Amino acid sequence: MDTALHTPVIARPPPAHHVGVLAWLRKNLFADWKNALATLTVGAMLVYWLPPLVDWAIVRAVATPDNDACRALEHTGACWGVIAEKYRLILFGRYPFDEQWRPLVATLLMVAMLVASCTRVLWSRWLIVAWIAVLAVFFVLMRGGIWGLTPVETARWGGVPLTMLLSTLSIAAGFPIAVLVALGRRSHLPAIRALCIVYVELIRGVPLISVLFMASFMFPLFMPPGITVDVLIRVLVGITLFSAAYLAEVVRGGLQAIPKGQHEAAAAMGLSYWQTQRKIVLPQALRMVVPSIMNSFISTFKDTSLVTIVSLYDLTGSLALALGGDANWRQFYLEGYLFIGAIYWLFCFSMSRYSQWVERHLNVGYAR
Amino acid sequence: MSEPIIVFDKVSKWYGDFHALRDINLAVAHGERIVICGPSGSGKSTLIRCINALEEHQEGKLTVDGIEITDVVKAIEAVRKNVGMVFQQFNLFPHLTVLENLTLAPMWVGRVPKKEADERAMAQLARVRIAEQAGTYPLQLSGGQQQRVAIARSLCMTPKIMLFDEPTSALDPEMIKEVLDVMIELAGMGITMLCVTHEMGFARSVADRVIFMDQGQIVEQNTPTEFFAHPKSERTRDFLSKILSH
Repeated sequence: MDTALHTPVIARPPPAHHVGVLAWLRKNLFADWKNALATLTVGAMLVYWLPPLVDWAIVRAVATPDNDACRALEHTGACWGVIAEKYRLILFGRYPFDEQWRPLVATLLMVAMLVASCTRVLWSRWLIVAWIAVLAVFFVLMRGGIWGLTPVETARWGGVPLTMLLSTLSIAAGFPIAVLVALGRRSHLPAIRALCIVYVELIRGVPLISVLFMASFMFPLFMPPGITVDVLIRVLVGITLFSAAYLAEVVRGGLQAIPKGQHEAAAAMGLSYWQTQRKIVLPQALRMVVPSIMNSFISTFKDTSLVTIVSLYDLTGSLALALGGDANWRQFYLEGYLFIGAIYWLFCFSMSRYSQWVERHLNVGYAR
Repeated sequence: MSEPIIVFDKVSKWYGDFHALRDINLAVAHGERIVICGPSGSGKSTLIRCINALEEHQEGKLTVDGIEITDVVKAIEAVRKNVGMVFQQFNLFPHLTVLENLTLAPMWVGRVPKKEADERAMAQLARVRIAEQAGTYPLQLSGGQQQRVAIARSLCMTPKIMLFDEPTSALDPEMIKEVLDVMIELAGMGITMLCVTHEMGFARSVADRVIFMDQGQIVEQNTPTEFFAHPKSERTRDFLSKILSH
């Protein structure tokens, strides 16, 4: 055994490592034969697929709304002309053509409001006031009937504004419902617990399509004569209840993960049940399930495309409407779907990036 | 002698079929400092957790500061306002800063304005010698620091009674001392203290009474001097020989 007197070692910075391009390549792409094989396979796929794709999408593509030129391509190149020709119908659906500045302004307002809501410095009570104002303006613009705006019935709303309205409202209304249901499933009161379990299991047991059918066709049958609820509202309620059931289970997963000690400490300090949930349990539980919550939000956003089956023409429905009714352009549906696919992707990718920011933001205090 | 602040009158508690507390009779005087020890599973924690109704007793009568513990939510919340508790696992709120951990209950339960709650919290943090950590988050602190924050958090509600449930059992030896030092200071303040611990040095220096529990019963209680020098029952002698042998 070394019994010599210990000499203290002063803490020093880690060694600097300088890696050249070649060293990086070797370490990351050609570390061993498996790694090299993967690199070569992916490389070969890129070489095989990329040039034809660029050729089709860019080199041979026709960007002008020239139907003859597009047809002459015989699908050897993309006909982006279909977008140039039909974009207003795709973006705004059956909304009266001459009034389409209204959905445009309404959509831009909504987008601005969504971006504002995601910005931390703007988080205050005023945001709620602003949301109420923006939604009011949104409905006035879309619906018309006052201030000299021609009335447009909700059945003719369509495209991007409809997709955004349905997803924003169903997410905004579904989230609090989901939290309450998740808390309810853990309640000590059997009646509340049973109610929440029945709700979740019932809704999860049916496809969204049947919920929408119920909302659209069956619900009016149960209403007393003379009372009608707008189809948009009915569908909105359907989507909200549907997404809330799934989200409730996500939230419950977070609630389960909170240690018993947190509840006990809060109780010992004299906090009431609701204070404990609001101040202690929910902030921690929701933080843990941010990725799954965002997963649910993105699902809901894309699920709104199913409203087509009850004759509401959201973005997806509008595309089918735009191309289906025109024999000249019908064959270019691939380009059309790529276009709306890009729009959906843009929204979903933004949500995904935002969720990552939220995660980082909420990790304060947990990283050592 | 004035009315006792806590009275257990034939209190019993079961976990399923297991009789965890058996006809407990105990009166605690105002300002009394009691250390409770005993083997694991003897009901020590259950006993003190009944006082702030974290555990519900099923038989007998338990009165805390003049309020009988029942299943009435209002009564329980009233009792908890005056009873602080420190846990083995600290149970600080990891999503709140140290300062926010301390001001939460005063602001939401005590309806104290934020400024005053902040001042009160800083005073308590200074008392446990950790004021410089007010802005950090609990998980960034050592175990000993976290436990001192937990003590300060309880003190912010100016409790009449403090319950300690094995406050040093989850700590490294070097940190046990810093927590015990704080607890010894508290013992001089006149708060009624009930402390479940195996720190016999602490019992000797501050306790008015040591209680030994086994199988859900109070087997023996006495002043620390008598308790350690002349344990009466065989069970107590056996227990003491085990924990004092090293």
